[in-house]
Amino acid sequence: MSLLSIRDLCIALPEGADRKYAAKDVSFDLAPGEILCIVGESGSGKSMSANAVMGLLPQGVKPVGGAITFDGQEVLGLSERQMQDLRGRRISMIFQEPLSALNPLMRVGAQIAEVFEAHGELAPQERRNRALKLLEEVGLPDPESAIRAYPFQLSGGQRQRVMIAMALALEPDILIADEPTTALDVTTQAQILKLIENLRQSRGMAVIFITHDFGVVADIADRVIVMQTGEIVESGTADEVLLRPQHPYTRALIDAIPRLNQHDDAEQPARTPVLSVVGLNKTFVVGSGKLFGKPRVVKAVQKVSFELCAGETIGIVGESGSGKSTVGRCLTRLINPDEGRVMLDGADIAHMSGAELREKRRSLQMIFQDPYSSLNPRARVSRILTEGLISYGTPRSEALEKARDLLGLVGLDPSAMNRFPHEFSGGQRQRIGIARALMLDPSIIIADEAVSALDVSIQAQVLDLLADLKTRLNLSMLFITHDLRVAARICDRIIVMQKGAIVEMGPTGKVLHDPDTDYTRSLLDAIPGQEYERALAEAG
Amino acid sequence: MKDFWTRFRFNRGAVIGLVILAVVIATAIAAPFIFPTSPWKMVQRPFLPPLTQNGLPLGTDALGRDVLAGLAHGAYVSLLVGLVSTVVALAIGVPVGALAGYFVGRVDDALMRFTEFFQTIPSFALAIVLLAIFQPSLTFVIIAIAIVSWPPVARLVRGEVLSLRTREFVEAATLQGLGNAQIILRHILPNALPPIIVLASLMVAQAILLESSLSFLGLGDPNIMSWGYMIGAARTVIRTAWWLSFLPGMAILLTVLALNLIGEGLNDALNPRLTRKSE
Repeated sequence: MSLLSIRDLCIALPEGADRKYAAKDVSFDLAPGEILCIVGESGSGKSMSANAVMGLLPQGVKPVGGAITFDGQEVLGLSERQMQDLRGRRISMIFQEPLSALNPLMRVGAQIAEVFEAHGELAPQERRNRALKLLEEVGLPDPESAIRAYPFQLSGGQRQRVMIAMALALEPDILIADEPTTALDVTTQAQILKLIENLRQSRGMAVIFITHDFGVVADIADRVIVMQTGEIVESGTADEVLLRPQHPYTRALIDAIPRLNQHDDAEQPARTPVLSVVGLNKTFVVGSGKLFGKPRVVKAVQKVSFELCAGETIGIVGESGSGKSTVGRCLTRLINPDEGRVMLDGADIAHMSGAELREKRRSLQMIFQDPYSSLNPRARVSRILTEGLISYGTPRSEALEKARDLLGLVGLDPSAMNRFPHEFSGGQRQRIGIARALMLDPSIIIADEAVSALDVSIQAQVLDLLADLKTRLNLSMLFITHDLRVAARICDRIIVMQKGAIVEMGPTGKVLHDPDTDYTRSLLDAIPGQEYERALAEAG
Repeated sequence: MKDFWTRFRFNRGAVIGLVILAVVIATAIAAPFIFPTSPWKMVQRPFLPPLTQNGLPLGTDALGRDVLAGLAHGAYVSLLVGLVSTVVALAIGVPVGALAGYFVGRVDDALMRFTEFFQTIPSFALAIVLLAIFQPSLTFVIIAIAIVSWPPVARLVRGEVLSLRTREFVEAATLQGLGNAQIILRHILPNALPPIIVLASLMVAQAILLESSLSFLGLGDPNIMSWGYMIGAARTVIRTAWWLSFLPGMAILLTVLALNLIGEGLNDALNPRLTRKSE
C-alpha cells in the first residue's frame, strides 16, 4: 500500500513560458519509510512536481490534470484550509537555502514552537521542551543554547538541522527535501545525509529527495526517478537506474559525473613558474569596534605561498570560508592583500597601482562563478567582449573581429554578438565569460567556482572547453572550487585550504588518493557516491 | 520594451494616470493657442460663478480674470517647474550618490555628510529661505526646488551603486582594464536606472506641490499665473467664492495623483522582481 500516489500529474506553466507544462504525465508511488530521489537538471520540473504535493505552486502555475492521492485522500482540489492542516502535520518540507527559509528575527526555539502553535498543539511550556528534544534529535551541539540563538548565529549546516527539526516537529509521514544539501559544504552535506537516513529509520518516515547530484542519490536513494523537461524518462530502484541505466539521457547524466579515480599523475616536465605568490596575507576587520565592542577579525588568507608554472592547472579547494576565493581576488587585486608578494613576469603586482597595475593585470584574467551576475544585463555581448580591448587602445574593428573568433572558439555562434546576456542559457553565458577573459590574451586564468552554478552535463562541457583552451593557448590556470570531483578532472596540482591557510599541496593523484593530512582525508571521505563510483568502475 | 508595456498596462491605475497626464500636457501645450490673450487680462465682472456665462465656463476670479485660461496657462507652469527642477535635482543627486557609492570610504563620508546637511533642514523651510534671498523669478523657483529635492536621489543612487559595485560584472570590467568613469557610466548607472526613473516621476509630483505651496505663500514668480498663485489669491474669498480655490486645487490634485500612479506603474514595469513570481 503506497502512502502517496501520483498519477498522470500535469502542471501547466503560464502562457509565454518556454514550454507548456512544467511537469507532464508524472506518475509515481511512495511507500512508507522509503527514500525516493527525483533527479534532474535545472528546469526539469522536479521541484514543481514536489511542490504540487504541498500545494505550494507559484502564482500562475497550476495542476491541470491527474491525481495526487495521499493516504487514501485526494490532495488536488483540497481547500487552502484543508491543505494547511496537511502541511506540516502529515507532509513537510525542507529547502535548499536554510538561511532564507528561517525568519532572521526570530529565535530558533520560537520558530520551532510556532509550528506547534500553528497547528494548535501542546501547551506553551511543553512546546519549548519538545523544541529542545527535536534540536537534540537532529544533532545540534548544545541544544540549550541553540534554542535561544538567532539563525545568523548558526552555521549553514546547523541552520539546515533547525529546518529539519521544524519539519519533523509534528511527526509527518512524508518529508520532502528540495536540494537540502546543495548549499552546504561537502563534510556538512555528508552529516545531513546521514541524519536524514537515521531519521528515516527511527521514525519510519518516507522521504522525497530532490537533487541534481548523482553522488547523493547513490548514497541515499531506495528508488530513483529521472526527469527531463517535465517528464519522467526513467524510474526504478537505485541499483537499476544508477548501474544499468536504460534511457540515453540518464546515461549521459551519469557519464557527465566527474570521476575521482580516473586521475594518474603524469610525469611533470620541468616548467618555469609564471606566477609566484609569497607570504600572502589578508585580514578582514568587521565592525569599527568604536561603539559596539570589539571588531571581529577574520584572517581570510594566512601566509599563502605557491608557484604556478606555465601550462599548469592548480586547483585550490576548500570549504566555504576557507579563503580560497579571497586568494583569487588578492592575486587580481580586486582585493588588496595586506602583505606578501605576487610576482608576475618578475614584477610584484601586489604593490602596484594605477597605470602600471592596469598594464600588468592584462595577463591575469578571471572567470566568475555566477553566469547571471557576471555579465552586465544591459550590455550586448559585442560590448561585453570588446570594451576591455578597446580601452587598451585596440581599434574597434580589430576588437570586434577578435571577439567573433573567440566566440567561435568557445563554441558559440558569431550571431551571439548582437544579443543580450539574458537571451542565453547558464552554460552559454559561462562561455561568454570565458571568451571575455580570453579577449586580452592573458597568460593566466583564475576560475573562481566557474562551473559550480552549472548542471552536471553543462559542467562537463565547460570543463572540457577549459582544458582544451588551456592546451591550445598555452594558458596557466588557477581553478578555485569546493568540488573535489571537479578539481580531480581538470587539475595537475591541488592546494587544500582551511581557515585561510594552505594545509596540503601536491600532485592531484597524490592528494586525492594518499593525502598527508587528516583534514584532506575528511574532505575526501565526505564526497558522496564513492562506493557507487567503484561499483560503476567495476561494471565498466 | 514590449514586456515593459505589458507589465505597465497590467497596472490599471498607471494607465489612468497616463491618460490624465496626457490631458494636462495637451492643455499646457494648447493654452497659448486656445487662450491667446494673457490670463491676467480682466474679461468680465469679478466673481462670476462657473457655468453662468457663455465663453467663460469656469467663471472669473476676484479681479474678473478668466479662471479657465488661468488653469490652462498654469498647467504649463506646473509641468515646466516639475520637470525642470527634477532634471536639475537628478543632475546634482545622481553624481553625488554615484561617487559616494563607488568610492566609499572618505569620499562617501564627505559627500554623505554634505547630503545630510541638506536633509536635516526641513525642505519647505529651506525653499522659503532660498527664495527670500533670491529674486522670486521662475528660474529661481526651479533652482530652489531642485536644491531641496536632490538629497533623496543621492541616497537612493548611493544605495544602488553600493550593491552593484560588488557584482561580478563590475569586477570583470575592472579586470578588463576599464577606468572608474567608464565603469560607473557604462556598467553601474544603467543598472541603477529603474529605481531612479520611478523616484523621478514621484519627484515631479513633489515639485509641482512645492511650487504651488510657494506661490500660495506669494513667494512664486509674480508675473506667472500658476495654480498655487490662483489658490493663494482666492484664499481670502473662500467662503463666498469657494470654486476659485477648489478648481486649481483639483487641477493640482489630479496632476499629482496622475504622476504618483504613473510612478507606481513604472515601478511594477521596471522591477522585474515583482513579476518574476509567475515565471
